[in-house]
Amino acid sequence: MKALVFERNLARFAASRVASAFGGSGRGAGVGPLRLTDVDPPDLPGPRWHRVHPLLAGICGSDLSTVDGRSSRYFEDVVSFPFVPGHEVVGTLDDTDTRVVIEPVLGCVARGIVPPCAACAEGRTGGCERVAFGHLAPGLQIGFCSDTGGGWSTGGLVAHEAQLHRVPEALSDDDAVMVEPTACAVHGALAAGVDATHTVAVLGAGTLGLCTVAALAQVSRPGALLVGAKYAHQRQLAEELGADVVVDPDQLVRAVRSRSRSLEASGTLTGGADVVIDCVGSDESLAQSLSMVRPRGRVVLVGMPGRVNVDLASLWHREVAVAGAYAYGTEDVDGLLRRTFDVAMEVVAAKGLGRLVSARYPLDRFEEALAHAGAAGRRGAVKVVFDLHARDRHRATSPVTKGPDA
Amino acid sequence: MSPRPGFVLEVDRSTPSTLFWHGEGYRLEKLPVGSRVLYAPEPVDALPDPMGSIRRALDEPLGDAAPLRSQLRAGMQLTIAFDDISLPLPPMRGPDIRQLVIEQVLELAAEAGVDDVVLIAALALHRRMTDAELRHALGNRIFDAFAPHGLLWQHDAEDPEQLVHLGLTDQGEDVEINKRAATSDLLVYVNINLVAMDGGHKSVATGLASYKSLRHHHNAHTMTQSKSFMDQHRSELHSSNWRMGRLIAASGVKVFQIETNLNTDTFPEQFRFLQRREWEWTARDRAAFLASSKALQATPDRVARSIFHSIRAPHKMSAVQAGEVEAVHARTTENVYAQQLLEVEGQSDILTMGLPYICPYNVNSIMNPILVACLGLGYFFNMYRGQPLVRAGGVVIMSHPTPWAFHPGHHPSYIDFFEQVLAETTDPAEIGKYEESFATDPWYIHLYRTGNAYHGVHPFYMWYWCAHALEHVGAVIIVGGDRAAVRRLGFKPATTMADALEMASDTVGRDPTITHLHSPPLLMSDVR
Repeated sequence: MKALVFERNLARFAASRVASAFGGSGRGAGVGPLRLTDVDPPDLPGPRWHRVHPLLAGICGSDLSTVDGRSSRYFEDVVSFPFVPGHEVVGTLDDTDTRVVIEPVLGCVARGIVPPCAACAEGRTGGCERVAFGHLAPGLQIGFCSDTGGGWSTGGLVAHEAQLHRVPEALSDDDAVMVEPTACAVHGALAAGVDATHTVAVLGAGTLGLCTVAALAQVSRPGALLVGAKYAHQRQLAEELGADVVVDPDQLVRAVRSRSRSLEASGTLTGGADVVIDCVGSDESLAQSLSMVRPRGRVVLVGMPGRVNVDLASLWHREVAVAGAYAYGTEDVDGLLRRTFDVAMEVVAAKGLGRLVSARYPLDRFEEALAHAGAAGRRGAVKVVFDLHARDRHRATSPVTKGPDA
Repeated sequence: MSPRPGFVLEVDRSTPSTLFWHGEGYRLEKLPVGSRVLYAPEPVDALPDPMGSIRRALDEPLGDAAPLRSQLRAGMQLTIAFDDISLPLPPMRGPDIRQLVIEQVLELAAEAGVDDVVLIAALALHRRMTDAELRHALGNRIFDAFAPHGLLWQHDAEDPEQLVHLGLTDQGEDVEINKRAATSDLLVYVNINLVAMDGGHKSVATGLASYKSLRHHHNAHTMTQSKSFMDQHRSELHSSNWRMGRLIAASGVKVFQIETNLNTDTFPEQFRFLQRREWEWTARDRAAFLASSKALQATPDRVARSIFHSIRAPHKMSAVQAGEVEAVHARTTENVYAQQLLEVEGQSDILTMGLPYICPYNVNSIMNPILVACLGLGYFFNMYRGQPLVRAGGVVIMSHPTPWAFHPGHHPSYIDFFEQVLAETTDPAEIGKYEESFATDPWYIHLYRTGNAYHGVHPFYMWYWCAHALEHVGAVIIVGGDRAAVRRLGFKPATTMADALEMASDTVGRDPTITHLHSPPLLMSDVR
């Protein structure tokens, strides 16, 4: 089968970092440790494991960081090489037409660890303490583990039955491939502890930002939802998905100030948003988040940050809580414990999130696909995916695009 | 030789290109044959003896007012209020007219032994003036005599301790003004009149008022009922201010109004070509135009702005009158009309105008997009008596770079208004629902009271100023503007005048009549 394989190769890793630094995100694919090659399908690791043949596999921000050689060294021990990337996957189960999306986190159940760790026992698989242990090679998720394969392949991947979610008929493939990022967003939105009196600011309106807006509007229903979005198409989508105020990211602090009727001192609002959700994960975005969250408010990092350099004086002085929100598991929704993916499917259906899929590429045009994903905002796109439907598996086709200059 | 009256030129094939202001620059445009170009009357002569004229005005007041010297006595409380940085435009060469007038008032006060004197800049909801700006307006002698002793105030419309509510007009309008001014034995108001809207009861009823009072006439309804707000007989803005002014008088506030007319001599010699008729340009005018155009093209916007804002106008006082408010203002208005009115026969389908770098609200500041709209559709559009220069459903074409740029210190609430309110709606009647949140925002209030920021509600007023024009015209096009900013205003961007005229044909057809309002100098059309 054809697959994009990411290998441990320090020289190529460095080359991709240089290429992306000069050429832009996604440009590291041509020179980096990612290559299109023939590989054998992964073996089933045990009973209750299944093969999934991908139909669509998304390109995520964390994938781009990996390809660009920008991901944190923190992850070195929780991935195993070589791996096939791709964790946002809708595919068919075994040799049937049953469509599934995979919940890619490789927790204790998938790893055959008994008894499960405390987090997995509570259903918080995203918080699994054993991602480097058990009968599988280390790997946070499918798409970062050498034993499971990943979505960026024609031959498929393997997943434990606990990781499979059937896709309702009503959801298109485009909708379905958005379930995984939406689950991250749902988890982030719920981790923020938002209620109807809260003013919430979302910084960033790429895939994760827009899914977060949708999740907040659909599940959390804050008193006011303000969004900083850089590009016109992002602003329009944010409004359509339920934002009350959408402004340029540079104007978000002003909008929050205006809404919260704060004063300003030392470049920080005296009041501010009850919750800020940072869907960017950069020095600037975290600094901006801290400047517009109210004292004793909460900043939730949904976008994957790396090493950042931020002045934390205001965090200390204003007793701000900064929390990460990674992946998914089980959520408390209005007092009911529900799987994040189940909630995400509802959000995807209600908000029609399949519309965020802007471009599809065949696997052998991965360099173009990754460059497109790396410049998605600028090019009027949101989510770029690999199209692995059978008809496309062995021939190159033009990308199916939607939206302006997608 | 007396100044020449205004002139309506009909463009023919031999007509040279017409000069349009374009922010911190200008453009030459070839208007279609048959277009009309309105040239203002030339500036009237300056008073030969301004000091003597001021003295006579104070000694021989109009209306039922007694001479100023007879109203001054030892032990009394005297307040002198004066127009703020918004007048005149551009700021005039020193000595400023306010200085000339106030020095004479203070001399009379000193002769009478008055020692309780406070000066108040009548800001209304405008920004506080800087010390340098106050020095320029008042002169060093007055500034140094009053400011260090806390006797030079800037009206604070947000300080409840400094305000007094005098009652309601018969239309239910709150009249709340500066307490010191209202409770003084005499309030002398020193005005500068450039356009017919200025002065009269508006000086005190607006310049020294609170938001609670101003909101009764600074709103979309009032402005659409003011046709135009430069014509006091058809201006609801004027009527409301007059109701308030009469209530102020009936409350026992004694006002001695001093109004001055300036001539329209607006620019110094090196920019004199701006106010000359193009076919009369001398070789020196052409050289000045070419040299400044080339230089400005190579100059960064910020530097160009700084150059233009350093211009001091050679305005001269052409009249001064003092006494009872209404009698004084009637004379002032006559003088304004005598200098600025130009009779024009009928309306046209398209009105074109070039907008300069300055308006009343961006002295030493940035002409942001909201102010561009206000200058064009508020001020220039309303410079008429009778009926607008452009027909109902017609098109206004304005030339201005309209940068998406704001002065964060002067116009903080404008930024939010532009980003948040205009992004939602550009309908003046609709924006009112956002007004209170801006007007009562504690941060804007803080910046207005302690910094140099316009009040939070001020951008709403700028947009209300456009209400009559927006209701009247079918489309607004801005030539050479930042396209995103122009669209945010709800207008159409065009690259060239030819493109704009082509775009206008969608609204007014392919053979429209066109009138160009040539400025400077200022001109008010009397449209028959």
